[in-house]
Amino acid sequence: QALSWARAPAACLNFNCMLILLPVCRNLLSILRGTIQCCSRTAARQLDRNITFHKLVAYMIAFHTAVHILAHLFNFEWFMDAQLDRNSSQLPFVLSQIGDGDNASYLNPIRTNNTNPTIVLFTTIAGLTGVAITLALILIITSSMEVIRRSYFEVFWYTHHLFVVFFIGLVFHGFGRIVRGQTAASLKAHNPLKCAARFETWGTNGTDCPEPEFAGNPPMTWKWVVGPMILYVCERLVRLYRYQQKVVITKVVMHPSKTLELRMKRKGFSMEVGQYVFIQCPAVSHLEWHPFTLTSAPEDDHFSTVRGVRRGQNGDAGRLETTQVVVLVGAGIGVTPFASILKSVWYKHTQSNQKLFTKKIYFYWLCPETQAFEWFADLLQSLEGQMTEKGISDFLSYNIYLTRWKENEVCLFVCLFVCGSVLWRLLGTTQNLQAQNVWPKAPWYQSGRVPVWPDGAGEGLGEAVSVPL
Amino acid sequence: MGKIEWAMWANEQALAAGLILLTGGIVGVAGSFRGWQYAAYAIAAGTFVCLLEYPRGKRNKGTSVERTGQYCFTVCVKSFGPVTRNYYVRALLHAAICVPGGFMLATVLGCVCLGIASLIYLGAAIRGEQWEPILPRTDTRKEVANSIKQPPQNPPPRPPAEMRRKRAEDLEGAAYVNPINVIANEE
Repeated sequence: QALSWARAPAACLNFNCMLILLPVCRNLLSILRGTIQCCSRTAARQLDRNITFHKLVAYMIAFHTAVHILAHLFNFEWFMDAQLDRNSSQLPFVLSQIGDGDNASYLNPIRTNNTNPTIVLFTTIAGLTGVAITLALILIITSSMEVIRRSYFEVFWYTHHLFVVFFIGLVFHGFGRIVRGQTAASLKAHNPLKCAARFETWGTNGTDCPEPEFAGNPPMTWKWVVGPMILYVCERLVRLYRYQQKVVITKVVMHPSKTLELRMKRKGFSMEVGQYVFIQCPAVSHLEWHPFTLTSAPEDDHFSTVRGVRRGQNGDAGRLETTQVVVLVGAGIGVTPFASILKSVWYKHTQSNQKLFTKKIYFYWLCPETQAFEWFADLLQSLEGQMTEKGISDFLSYNIYLTRWKENEVCLFVCLFVCGSVLWRLLGTTQNLQAQNVWPKAPWYQSGRVPVWPDGAGEGLGEAVSVPL
Repeated sequence: MGKIEWAMWANEQALAAGLILLTGGIVGVAGSFRGWQYAAYAIAAGTFVCLLEYPRGKRNKGTSVERTGQYCFTVCVKSFGPVTRNYYVRALLHAAICVPGGFMLATVLGCVCLGIASLIYLGAAIRGEQWEPILPRTDTRKEVANSIKQPPQNPPPRPPAEMRRKRAEDLEGAAYVNPINVIANEE
């Protein structure tokens, strides 16, 4: 009975090991995202959660491996029992004796009573590969714990490459054909249901139950994993090619409060608003590529990023162009993609040959203090100036809320912001804050269906933002 | 990313090994396998390893993340002093504990995992790492200055900011009407 408990998780493992390689083929996912974005934006957004999916499948692999191993512990024990309990009136022993002559048609993979399960483990292909891949899996799991991953990325990354050992071992795990089944020919001659009770007379003259014959089941795992393995190899080759491409840093801008903006150029670069790029700094680490949100618009002649890494990326900014009224909510570092969005919308607005459906943008920005985001305040200021010039100053309406207001920084703010309605808006709202010292309730507008894009400060903002009817 | 503290990874590996040893031992005893005595030993050894490895040590650089409810374990482990602080001792201890697990199939996986953890601890010890307990901070907070009071409910009675600010470009706007009549000093 334990055999079915082992084979069931094995089937699940085949399926899960096929799936686990797919979410980490980043370039493949980019291509996929591009093609299905025209059909279904929701589906395209799910592709952003690839690492979560990878982790879920990994948990499943760990769970199924555990069940598989525990079941096999029982299997080994009972197969061994069948050989040790040399009593011809017991069915397991009779079954174990089959195939002793030709050593091919046997059922019990443990062929002699002169051994023990541990020795069998290390002398069969299935056993050896099983031990190797389980060890690889355990090492991968322990080095992928969040503590290790966040602090010692090299350990995580190098150890994770044990997956190569894992997959090779997995493919060969079934090559020993240790799982046995009755052959088709034998099934015709020997019906197990009929003959099981009459095991003492198998093969004797005059019986209709000849000795059953068994053969090993052919390995199946390779059929499941060979496709994703090939895809992954292609993925790594594409990555290798892309790492070689030359990117030139055209400008480095040092914004106040140690905010660094990098402007770069690369041949054939194209982007959408709200996307991010992976950047590596070899002087820091040859292995680590970190995501940085793009702050330039697709219409710019360069692409730029500002120091700061965002989590919880909401990459659906492409839908912006199809809505009339847009509410953008940014918290802290979440304001970064809005730089790209606002710049792009502004470019589209100023180029009269571009049809811009968006008529009004409400921008809400919540941050502890604006010092770290002065580069963004500069952008807002310049947009404000350009809009006033064109007489469309009500296209973009923004409200800034400071949550960590300090009295002694008032003068600093006055010095930093020279002129413009940004200053008045700032002081107007913060005067309210000083009096109440609470997070003010922002007035929400409703105009038909208003899509709201919350960004930053993790998942909480998405839930907290709601547009009342 | 900075220097690696191998002990962090060794700790995760040893904890996992302890759990595997424990599980293998339970299965061996519950199923009455041959050699169940080794399984019984594995239950005890696995539990001991888990208790020893549960409290995370303090990192030399960076923030240390505690495991849930590890404080009492920290106190216990700390009380053994140099025996638990030194990683050479731990490496040797794990190597010794894992050996009997190799004699039975159900516990052999735990044995190998613990052996690997022992090797990583050896690496950590060679690099001079040590186990430091994570204890709650006992430094007293700075006394809040007297000047911090409850924020006033109403703003002070003065003209709004736009009128108070003096701007060089806009003298007209900077001027305001004094609510109190100012009588010129007649000289």
